[in-house]
Amino acid sequence: MKRLVFLIMAIMLHGIFLMASSSTAATDAQEMENGKHGDLPRFLVPSAASQENFPCSRCHNFRTADRTKRKLTAYHRNIELKHAEDQRWCYDCHEGDQLRLQNGKLVAFTESYVLCGQCHGTIYRDWKAGIHGKRSGEWDGDKLYRVCANCHDPHKPRFRAIEPKQPPMKPSDIKDR
Amino acid sequence: MEENGRRRNPLGLKLPRRTFIKGALLGLGSAALLPGQAGAAWEAFLQKNFREMSDAEVRAVIARLEKEAAGEWGKEIKIDASKAKPGVKFGYGLDLSRCIGCRKCVYACTEENNQSRTPQIHWITVLRFAKGEKWLDLENSEKYYNPKEVPEEGFFYLPVQCQQCENPPCVKVCPTKATWKEPDGIVVIDYNWCIGCRYCMAACPYGARRFNWARPGIKAEEINPDTHYLGNRPRYKGVVEKCTFCVQRTRAGKYPACVEVCPVGARKFGNLLDPESEIRYLIKNKRVFRLKEDLNTEPKFFYFFAT
Repeated sequence: MKRLVFLIMAIMLHGIFLMASSSTAATDAQEMENGKHGDLPRFLVPSAASQENFPCSRCHNFRTADRTKRKLTAYHRNIELKHAEDQRWCYDCHEGDQLRLQNGKLVAFTESYVLCGQCHGTIYRDWKAGIHGKRSGEWDGDKLYRVCANCHDPHKPRFRAIEPKQPPMKPSDIKDR
Repeated sequence: MEENGRRRNPLGLKLPRRTFIKGALLGLGSAALLPGQAGAAWEAFLQKNFREMSDAEVRAVIARLEKEAAGEWGKEIKIDASKAKPGVKFGYGLDLSRCIGCRKCVYACTEENNQSRTPQIHWITVLRFAKGEKWLDLENSEKYYNPKEVPEEGFFYLPVQCQQCENPPCVKVCPTKATWKEPDGIVVIDYNWCIGCRYCMAACPYGARRFNWARPGIKAEEINPDTHYLGNRPRYKGVVEKCTFCVQRTRAGKYPACVEVCPVGARKFGNLLDPESEIRYLIKNKRVFRLKEDLNTEPKFFYFFAT
């Protein structure tokens, strides 16, 4: 009898493991391109920031949600929250394997711009018109958008400073050849 | 030299007018009949202004230029001569509230458009201004800034390139009509007609034109072989060049190279005649200005603030 229970448990665990690994494979694709979304053109969706952390349910199905604000020491230590952190904690935007809107509705990670657009309405409007953010492709044809998270870290959205390319040559630097 | 009231030539030869004309005609005729290299030189000498050529003549000229370029640069170079699309007038937008002055556009432009690396030619100049100063005084801007990281605290950046004026002063002053405004609004140069007088450089209020003081120095492997006759084909010593909104890319429907490379998405491009275009949206909805508007050059390059 004990043996049979053990066998059943083993099979179940195996199944869970298989499911988890198959869904990671789907997000493995580097910056996958998404199909058209309504009136929006094609856009790039970033791959999950941390491959080993997605899907969330792999661990969080087996843990109770701790909604107290604290310094994370065991997991997600690389996440620094610098984005209206006084008003916000993980579960304000995350739920299950999806993103949580203010009204409690859930959206997939591929539609993260809906979440960002809740607060950044004017930027969202400009982004849809192609004024905010980078576009590439054709000026009167097939364009490629980036979603917010392609360029901004959602937990710390301010752009990091970068090294500039070298300045132009000064006339005084020109030597006879 | 005066002898009996007749003028004699310095060699002391008697050269009647008829003999002179016969000899000259014979000489010209034989030069024209010379085969090979001399024939191509004649064709180059007799090449018409680009705007006066028929389509067949353009094809013949391009075939010769492609052959010349392959010999000169040690690489196969394709020269395209696609015309402006009807119903298109190009406009450009640059978001000053986003530009971080990283100069990525400057070097992407150089690679796309085959500018000389030595001596160095850049079509885009990024100017740095201190915030809060009387900043439209372009002469007091800094273009050699070189910090470890950009953007710097207390400064902002304004990239300047050809503003593709609707009323271009450079075109007005050209004595050979080697530069003109195309129907899609791009101001272009026929490098085979430019005589290098640099009047256009003196006339341009934006300092957007560059002169080839030497034969462009580019390595064969760095040359972009997809070129346009009026755009990025390799230039000659002694001709003027400038930004063409990447005519070889934009007439094929693509964005210019500077738009594609900008890491903050500050650069916008589109058709001014299309009410649904990005450029029309930003002109309608954002705070927009043009450089030196008071000169009535009507630039099609719009600086704006998205925030």
